[in-house]
Amino acid sequence: MGRSERQDGAMRLEVEDLTVHRGGRLVIAGLGFAVDRGEALILRGPNGVGKSTLLRALAGLAPPSGGRITLTPDLALEDHVALTGHLDAIKLQMSVAENLRFWAGLHGGDADAALIGAGLEALADRPAGFCSAGQKRRLGLARLLLAGRAIWLMDEPTVSLDREAEAWLTGQVRTHCAGGGMAVIATHVALDLPAARVLRMQRPEPQAAHGTDPFLQGRWG
Amino acid sequence: MRAARALLLRELALALRSGGGAGLGLAFFLIVLLIAPLGIGPELGLLSRVAPGLIWIAALLACLLSLDRLFQADLEDGSLDVLALSPLPMEAVVALKALAHWLTTGLPLVVAAPVLALTLALPGPAYLPMVIGLLIGTPALSFIGAVGAALTVGIRRGGLLLSLLVLPLYIPTLIFGAQAAIRAGRGLDPATPLLLTGAITLFTLALAPFAAAAALRINLR
Amino acid sequence: MSLWELANPTLFMRLSGRMLPVLWVLAAATLATGLIWGFFGTPEEARQGASVKILFIHVPAAMMAINIYAMMFVTSLVWLIRRHHVSALAARAAAPVGATMTVLALLTGAFWGQPIWGAPWDWDPRLTSFFILFLFYLGYIALWAAIEDPDKAADLTSVLALVGSVFALLSRYAVNFWNQGLHQDATLSLDSRTNIDNAFWVPLLICIAGYFLLFLALLLVRTRTEIRARRLRALMLSGVH
Repeated sequence: MGRSERQDGAMRLEVEDLTVHRGGRLVIAGLGFAVDRGEALILRGPNGVGKSTLLRALAGLAPPSGGRITLTPDLALEDHVALTGHLDAIKLQMSVAENLRFWAGLHGGDADAALIGAGLEALADRPAGFCSAGQKRRLGLARLLLAGRAIWLMDEPTVSLDREAEAWLTGQVRTHCAGGGMAVIATHVALDLPAARVLRMQRPEPQAAHGTDPFLQGRWG
Repeated sequence: MRAARALLLRELALALRSGGGAGLGLAFFLIVLLIAPLGIGPELGLLSRVAPGLIWIAALLACLLSLDRLFQADLEDGSLDVLALSPLPMEAVVALKALAHWLTTGLPLVVAAPVLALTLALPGPAYLPMVIGLLIGTPALSFIGAVGAALTVGIRRGGLLLSLLVLPLYIPTLIFGAQAAIRAGRGLDPATPLLLTGAITLFTLALAPFAAAAALRINLR
Repeated sequence: MSLWELANPTLFMRLSGRMLPVLWVLAAATLATGLIWGFFGTPEEARQGASVKILFIHVPAAMMAINIYAMMFVTSLVWLIRRHHVSALAARAAAPVGATMTVLALLTGAFWGQPIWGAPWDWDPRLTSFFILFLFYLGYIALWAAIEDPDKAADLTSVLALVGSVFALLSRYAVNFWNQGLHQDATLSLDSRTNIDNAFWVPLLICIAGYFLLFLALLLVRTRTEIRARRLRALMLSGVH
């Protein structure tokens, strides 16, 4: 799909002993896992467990306070990830095609192919502001198709998607992985990705905060 | 280069569309300069003496008012995440957005200023130095403003705070820019303040993208 | 022991707790000596009369106003580079003290200027620069207050402090260009031949030392409060009481 930067050979995203604070609160403590080429990893866990924070840390936006995130062979992670968050990053004043063309200009990639790949041809000239929530989400996800990044980080991608669009989404993830890409997906719904591994995230023990926060160490009043 | 062009064109397109507010800065500039004589009095001798200062202060405020949406709209719809992960470095994103702000807000003021100066009886010899001063001084207003906008991007109702942060930073540009026109109006050589205005602008163009990009990265965590 | 170890809140709390009583006593004694000597032990000046004695309050306040901003520049830089929490909190703690010193310098300047210049305010470059410095303090304090996440606030205010320092300096020269003023030359300067008389010089130095000690004591107290507030916040967030 679209432009591809995937090299042959092994590519591996490795997370070791990851600790992340957000707003002074310990959100992720001592997390470790690895994702290989062609693999999809599904993040599960209750609200507030740190799924979004983990995705932002993997994208390089939230700096870890401890541990390591490495991409082997020795590659700069931020050049190889694409993130879709709760927001679709769509400009409502621009048409569907214009939004895609801007992203294509930014990342390279083929806007028209992505438009067709996302099944949005019929809406091409419609201002994004007049699209439904599901159509906007689809448009937001279409950005992954043209970004040509090997690692897809997806935060609740199925929100406001109908069943058909959800099937389209899982199909895209399967194609991406089959082509040697990786995906890390935080979701509450059961996605039709039989090969995907599942990572169940848990809240850090309250006591764990004491080891990482300088303001909780020592005895003083 | 293609990515830079795509971002610049998108910024210009958004500013010129409905809700973009490209004309608002100019309208504000107009209103301040037309309303000032109503407060000061109609005496042309007095108006012609305060005209350079009034024009510069109106330009400062017009730039300031349009700054608070510079990054905020992109933060709110998730575009800032996309830009942060794009092949463009954050510094370039800041510089391009500030450039677009100048093209849609600062440049129109430069064009309108000589016309409005007629109503304030600006002395004849002051016209050219005022226009040159605005032309080389207003880019600094957009770039300094970008730093303030990046610092306050995550703050709801940050508009007033933005003024408090940015206006003191505008002082050197205001002083040198206005002094050029004032000196020329008195028959003195405006070259020194004009050169100093340009120096502040060059300094700002070099420094501001780094400061603003650092602030944006902090705000995206 | 290296200076960096002070950045550990535990050690800072222990040491500052021990230093504070001594500092308070020293600050009070030095200030009292300097001010009493200055007010009652110096002659009246030929042209300015008794009103010149306000310099014992005015000059040290003005010096501290600038030096505290410089200190905030350094501690902000230390926080950005070495991520020492105490450094960031010290900058935050210093700002209101610096703003107060600026206001004190402006007010005493106005009291001094009224009889000498015949006006409490004049857009003299020095006065104007202090007025601008006050605006920089205000912005810094307001930005701290506006951001909820304390580490993010520390980062953003540090960026502001760095940018602000550069522009405060630029403003100083811009203001000099804008108006050559009424203000007398610097009271203290190493290369000036118009330095003040020796009779004023010694008590003034003592006053400056007193202001410095007072600032140090206030800084430690305020930093300790900031650290306690952070500990409280961390305890509440961690859910363990």
